[in-house]
Amino acid sequence: MTRKRRRLSLIGGGLAVLAVATALMLSAFRDSVVFFNSPSDVAEKHIAPGTRIRIGGLVKAGSFSHAGDDNLKIRFDITDGSREIAIAYYGVLPDLFREGQSVVAEGALDGSGVFNADIILAKHDETYMPKEVADALKKSGRWKDDYAQRAAMPVGGNTK
Amino acid sequence: MIAELGHYALMLALGLALMQGVMPILGTRNNDAALASMAAPTAVAQFTFVAIAFGALAVCYVTSDFSVLNVYENSNSTMPLIYRLASVWGNHEGSMMLWVFILALFGALVAGFGGNLPPALKANALAVQAWIAAAFQLFILTTSNPFLRLADAPFEGQDLNPILQDPGLAFHPPFLYLGYVGFSIAFSFAIAALLEGHIEAAWARFVRPWVLAAWMCLTLGIAGGSYWAYYELGWGGFWFWDPVENASLMPWLAGTALLHSAVVMEKRGALKIWTILLAILAFSLSLIGTFLVRSGVLTSVHAFANDPTRGIFILAILVAFIGGALALFAWRAPLLKQGGLFAPISREGALVFNNLFLTTACATVFVGTLYPLALEALTGDKISVGPPFFNLTFGPLFVPLLLAMPFGPLLGWKRGDLLAAAQRLLAAAALAAVAIAAGFALQHGGPVLAPFGVGLAIFIMAGALTDIAERTMFLRMPLGAAFLRARGLPRSAWGTAFAHFGIGVTLMGIVVVTAWGSERIASLKPGETIDIAHFRLTFDGIFDRLGPNYRDIVGHFTVRRASGELLGAMEPSRRTFPARNMATTEAALMTRRVNQLYLSIGDPNPDGSIPVRLYFKPQVLMIWLGALIMFVGGALSLSDRRLRIGAPRPARASAALQMAAE
Repeated sequence: MTRKRRRLSLIGGGLAVLAVATALMLSAFRDSVVFFNSPSDVAEKHIAPGTRIRIGGLVKAGSFSHAGDDNLKIRFDITDGSREIAIAYYGVLPDLFREGQSVVAEGALDGSGVFNADIILAKHDETYMPKEVADALKKSGRWKDDYAQRAAMPVGGNTK
Repeated sequence: MIAELGHYALMLALGLALMQGVMPILGTRNNDAALASMAAPTAVAQFTFVAIAFGALAVCYVTSDFSVLNVYENSNSTMPLIYRLASVWGNHEGSMMLWVFILALFGALVAGFGGNLPPALKANALAVQAWIAAAFQLFILTTSNPFLRLADAPFEGQDLNPILQDPGLAFHPPFLYLGYVGFSIAFSFAIAALLEGHIEAAWARFVRPWVLAAWMCLTLGIAGGSYWAYYELGWGGFWFWDPVENASLMPWLAGTALLHSAVVMEKRGALKIWTILLAILAFSLSLIGTFLVRSGVLTSVHAFANDPTRGIFILAILVAFIGGALALFAWRAPLLKQGGLFAPISREGALVFNNLFLTTACATVFVGTLYPLALEALTGDKISVGPPFFNLTFGPLFVPLLLAMPFGPLLGWKRGDLLAAAQRLLAAAALAAVAIAAGFALQHGGPVLAPFGVGLAIFIMAGALTDIAERTMFLRMPLGAAFLRARGLPRSAWGTAFAHFGIGVTLMGIVVVTAWGSERIASLKPGETIDIAHFRLTFDGIFDRLGPNYRDIVGHFTVRRASGELLGAMEPSRRTFPARNMATTEAALMTRRVNQLYLSIGDPNPDGSIPVRLYFKPQVLMIWLGALIMFVGGALSLSDRRLRIGAPRPARASAALQMAAE
């Protein structure tokens, strides 16, 4: 083979691998991307039951309950201030899950409007709020300035 | 006083870095050797002042000087010494200081140990290194000053984020940064070569030890971070395809490709332009990783602060360095001469194959990590790209790479014999086939692909052993002779075998734990038991325990085999830190050879029961053991004498010498 043909075969091979990779990525994007929604979005967009989505907002105060012989069947509501949605989860909740705090749940709606979550994400420390949740709260007009202040200014004494 | 001293030292370091960035280039341009030779002493001086600044910050932390804002926000006098020291880099400002410290350290090492480098290359490379240092020192001084004072010094600090209060913090960030920042040397050498407009095969030999050292540290840093997340977050996962993890994986993939292409360039003078491009890309991906993690674009445990000016500053650094480097590459690369010819089936061809798949796999990680950010910026849609995406793209691209891996070292340079290589790998393939058959025979309803994964891992491990056996003529010569040959093998050959073997070990761990690990979730009252795999755990009760700056609610569990044999106790806990009013889960681990039992508990219920999450993780330790073996392989290769001696003689002359010697 001449130098030119060798280089062409090399470039051809590279392009082939790249084409395969692109095809893989496009098909994976179609099947495995999960969209984030606020409870209001869920109400407005009529998301089909069974579609995998993420829902974020605050855990509604007083909505938390657990049931079952093992206390692991967990129910609570996520609210963005204007709408709320009931979440069902089985298992142990993350460390920083609390009522009134922000949370993200991943799963799918069932036919009756309850959201069956299999992943619950809470924040990493007391000044952190998932960006999606902050944006959703701002959009619904329920964003309180003190969240922003707390997030931006951790200074303020260790008494609280 | 100490803080002000550190602040002042950092400013002086910036001044020195600016000098180090300009003078050597002027010197090499105007053939002024004296001006060019300024580079090395300035680099050492700059490192000295950065070290003083970093040391000053460390002293503030160790002595709990809460009049320094940064110390007040991230430390607490009740923390043990190791965490007070490690919390220097457990926050945004301090971690940038560590970044700059390691950058200056590498510069000083090049200045000190680069005696065999061509003077012009060394001067220019140190100058480029200084631009990077200056940019980040300016970033610290203008947006992230760790030495700011508080007017009224508080009596006590706010404590470090409890998730970070772990020995992992002492090791994971420094190793990760040694890796990230270590690639800056390859970048600086690449830019220096482009500035000079010519490049020799010896360039690869100069750069290789630095890339190797960085790669070793990055391997350990990633593995350490993975193990930390595994036991600290309480979920038992070892890799989450989190953007922050991907940010460290991308430079690793590009750096691995660079290591391999540098071999081709060094031995055969081919792939010069490609190697230069990879050197630029590896460090660019490190910069992108720094941007993703430090700018607040992503919210995660790694994003310490969300200050938009910082994000824009790092973005500006990113654009300037990556854009500038790629523009320079486009302009100057055509000047570089092409190297040797080789057939598609050859050692070079195999290394090109490796590079092709590694960079493509890296590209899929890049797209999966940045696509959600781009989409949100463009359309406002928020999406998450999770493990399924990466399993569907990264996985299929890695399989051919892993399959081809044992073949590479068995192929000859220039023109290889695929059939002969395949024949030598027959034993390895037979072992793999046996493993696959055994996997199918033993598993009950597990994933179909899992036995094939085990087979592939066995094939890789046996292939690495085959390589060594072939080189030492093991079993074909008397054992003593084979041993002598083994001692005579270049260390780099051992390094390759170890690193490839390590990949097999890691793959084995990943496949086995993913396919055959099991999980139980339950709520237990004292005296109740829970079974998993062939173990039975009894919950004995909970008790309180006080730590230096936390309070533990500990669950005590007795572990027995199903047969009743007592194995020991496990004590997972819920740890509350009063300074931040925050709780963490401290999982308990019981190691049985390379398998682990993993137990974490939730908050006790009012009825006295306690939620329990229990995993059996078969062969999970293989994942990190493999990374350690890769590290050892890198160290062996680094100690090869070829890398320590001076510039190489032309290949023909040394071949003639060898023939004469034989």
